[in-house]
Amino acid sequence: MIGAAVLFLVGAAAYASFYIAPEERTMRVIQRIFYFHAASAWAGMTAFSICFVANLLYVWRRDEKWDSLGVSSAEVGLAFITVVLITGPIWAKPAWGIYWTWDARLTSTFVLWLLYISYLLLRTLIEEPDRRALLSALFGIFAFIDVPIVFGAIRWWRTQHPAPVIMGGPGSGLEPTMRKVFFFSVLALHALMVFLIAERYRLEKLRTDLELVRRELEAT
Amino acid sequence: MSLLPNTAVLLGKEVRTEFRSRELLTTTIVFILIVIVLFSFTFDPTSDESRRFAPGLLWLAFLFASSLMLQPCFLREQHNDTLSALRLSVSDPFAIFLAKLIANTLFLLLTELLLLPLFATMYNVPVFSVLHWLVLVFFLASLGISIAGTALSAISAQARMRELLLPLLMLPLLTPILVASTEVTKALFDRAPYVQWKGIGFLAVFDVVFLTALWLFGEYLLEE
Repeated sequence: MIGAAVLFLVGAAAYASFYIAPEERTMRVIQRIFYFHAASAWAGMTAFSICFVANLLYVWRRDEKWDSLGVSSAEVGLAFITVVLITGPIWAKPAWGIYWTWDARLTSTFVLWLLYISYLLLRTLIEEPDRRALLSALFGIFAFIDVPIVFGAIRWWRTQHPAPVIMGGPGSGLEPTMRKVFFFSVLALHALMVFLIAERYRLEKLRTDLELVRRELEAT
Repeated sequence: MSLLPNTAVLLGKEVRTEFRSRELLTTTIVFILIVIVLFSFTFDPTSDESRRFAPGLLWLAFLFASSLMLQPCFLREQHNDTLSALRLSVSDPFAIFLAKLIANTLFLLLTELLLLPLFATMYNVPVFSVLHWLVLVFFLASLGISIAGTALSAISAQARMRELLLPLLMLPLLTPILVASTEVTKALFDRAPYVQWKGIGFLAVFDVVFLTALWLFGEYLLEE
């Protein structure tokens, strides 16, 4: 039921970005990918923020559920950032003439992606559940602290990425309809993100429960 | 308030252990030498080209080398079963980290300074006039590498595939260090050398942020 609602919301966002949002003057139809590209980036960053909070709560409270939430949000965030890294080049080829450039923002998103890949990889390499939860939570905290430092390079060292359009200071900003459509897709993708995390969390819970039952069986 | 005396004692132990065998220093120096030679094949090392590429090469070599050098940091304690003893001996576990990261900074700095003249000669970059600035960059960057690297080596030491895992955890996390120190070094290797303060500030901020994080969360890394 909730899944259907989320699907409808994402579908509506897709419709709005193709048919309701006005066409951008220079980039034409290509610009429409922005509603999903930038909105996915926001959703991905929110997911990583949830992961960070879950990591902190795990270190503080040592409750297994925070570990489950941490891994769920990291995986979902990674999926959204992967979408960003795929839609970016699709936009860049017609707009810049190249798929990829080693500019600071692209590179830092890629580094962010790698950091969370490492986080998930680390989890596969520690057997003992409590230790895995604690150490990966700590790495998650370090990684998240690193993110603004990595992104700090945007403003400090040269960049080819379009300057931030939203909250980017004077001279930036979106045409009102574009703005509405954009925030609608941000909302839709956030709903999708929360839904996916909840589903992934349920799966993780089942896995840990299963593990527990299996151990009890082995013990008897 | 026993943090500093404890750290001093532990630092003495780290330095003594290393200088008895000098294993870490020699292997790291040889590793960087190999990388420096191999890099010369990847582009035409004339003076102009070197100015453009040398800073990046230098820092990549240092970064890769440090990911190897920081490996035994906690592994050695684990192999000898000394970690619990170490934990019991200090009231604040941060002293263990502080001692290890200072020792690692010293080792890295020493390696870098030993290799700098060789690097400068082989790649034809004049370093003498900007030496004091280079030392500052080396220090700030090595400190940052050691802070993050020491914390991560405590993590990787407790996992499987630890030798491979440490670089995977460490290198992406240290990208800001690579970027900033390369930019600062590039400015110093310029025909008209100048000091890029924002890069130096950036390195200092990185060090402070991660030192604070280590201070806050370090003790959990060593939980039994």
